[in-house]
Amino acid sequence: MKLRTIGRHIKESFKSLFRNGWMSVAAVSAVAVTLLLVGSFIAMLMNVNKLASDVENDVSVRVYIDLAASEDEQKQLGEQLEKLDKVDSVEYRTREQELKQVVGTYGDEFNLFKGDDNPLHNVYIVNTTQPEFTKKVAAEAEKMEFVSQANYGGAEADALFDTMKTVRNVGGIIIITLILTAVFLISNTIRITIFSRRTEIEIMKLVGATNWFIRWPFVIEGALIGLIGAAIPVAILSIVYVYGFDAISNYFVGTYFSLLTPSPFLYQLGGLMLGIGVVIGAIGSLLSIRRFLKI
Amino acid sequence: MIEMLNVSKKYSNGITAVNDLSVRIEQGEFIYVVGPSGAGKSTFIKMIYREELPTKGTIKVGDFDLMKMKNKNIPFLRRQVGVVFQDFKLLPRLTVYENIAYAMEVIEKNPKAINKRVLEVLDLVNLKHKIRMFPNELSGGEQQRIAIARAIANTPRVLIADEPTGNLDPDTTWEIMNILEEINNQGTTVIMATHNSVIVNKVRHRVLAIENGRIVRDQQEGEYGYEA
Repeated sequence: MKLRTIGRHIKESFKSLFRNGWMSVAAVSAVAVTLLLVGSFIAMLMNVNKLASDVENDVSVRVYIDLAASEDEQKQLGEQLEKLDKVDSVEYRTREQELKQVVGTYGDEFNLFKGDDNPLHNVYIVNTTQPEFTKKVAAEAEKMEFVSQANYGGAEADALFDTMKTVRNVGGIIIITLILTAVFLISNTIRITIFSRRTEIEIMKLVGATNWFIRWPFVIEGALIGLIGAAIPVAILSIVYVYGFDAISNYFVGTYFSLLTPSPFLYQLGGLMLGIGVVIGAIGSLLSIRRFLKI
Repeated sequence: MIEMLNVSKKYSNGITAVNDLSVRIEQGEFIYVVGPSGAGKSTFIKMIYREELPTKGTIKVGDFDLMKMKNKNIPFLRRQVGVVFQDFKLLPRLTVYENIAYAMEVIEKNPKAINKRVLEVLDLVNLKHKIRMFPNELSGGEQQRIAIARAIANTPRVLIADEPTGNLDPDTTWEIMNILEEINNQGTTVIMATHNSVIVNKVRHRVLAIENGRIVRDQQEGEYGYEA
């Protein structure tokens, strides 16, 4: 294609975009709403995925010590745990330390449980050399005396992954439905454009313009609608995510959990959404031109 | 130049518009297509620029085999065949100049060549002085002359005119005829469907009379042959 022709196509598509005024606004809004939902959903899913793998990669086993155990008995238990196979380190945390962390994460209301009201246990945090050994170490610890319970992250991760799979499937169907709706709306807008220019198209065909020459301006118009429609939710999501990231990250201070950091995640998400916008715009307009070019 | 052999066109509603028709038209001929309404004239003409695809037979136009050609090559056939209609089909938003230039822009001619050729064809139809006007500021005859100028802008080998004078008064009709004659004199094949007996009888050319989808008369320098 000649450079001059590319310029002409782009000029034509912008002209048409403005000429259709409110119809273009409607189509852009439809894409914006759709992609806002799609984008939020993707952001949520990716973060849940990240948290699940954080949990999965956690090497620690929390061994809750029976409340009845004396100090000596606790010390003995610690030594026993250290002797276990695949154990890297063992850390002792008192119930007071545990409560402090709860208060730090969830708020001062939990100060109510200070002192004798503290329902928490003293714990040993046992770190294994590899994440996959947590299950075995937890099972062995549970058999020991003065252990009330031994938890490991892997079990929670499995549950999390299961939930995520369901969320992803249901969400996938919703996203596809939304995208199809957006394609439909774009193709309707383009159809109106085409309809208002059908004499022009007829003449173009008559004097021997190629089908792609006729198509390009409409495809570009559709892609522009998709691009503008995507830019709006990308902006909204970026702002919301940056604030949300700061707020939520406070809860994870001192843990091995973290959300995906805005950079590069927002660039990837933004690029993906702009890409989806352009593609659904172009597909929407191709669908509506097909009938007009029949032959 | 144009060769039809046993061509039939049956529409999906069961009507047979053209029935086993054969004809040969040489480069540079001027041809009148006459016959009653609904006899198949329009279908005959539309088959030449591949607006309608025959259901049977073979059609060749220049180097194109219309029955075998791929859809994506249709545009290149159309560049060899200019078409003019009774209702002009000019774009109202564009000036006279732009209307003609448009036909060349969409087949990606360069601006310099477009400018030169537009002035040339406007000269041929004697409307250079109305170059900046819009179609609705022109008379019917003038609009048809612009439509003809547009049809020949890409120097087609055939010019097809479907009732080009159908909406015009007698004086204007003669202006149009003079232009078509001139275009024909420059070597372009002209095929004109018409109901105008005065023209056909006065400016004698080959006449193809079509009835019930068949050519019932093919006569050099023929006459109109129907009641006016």
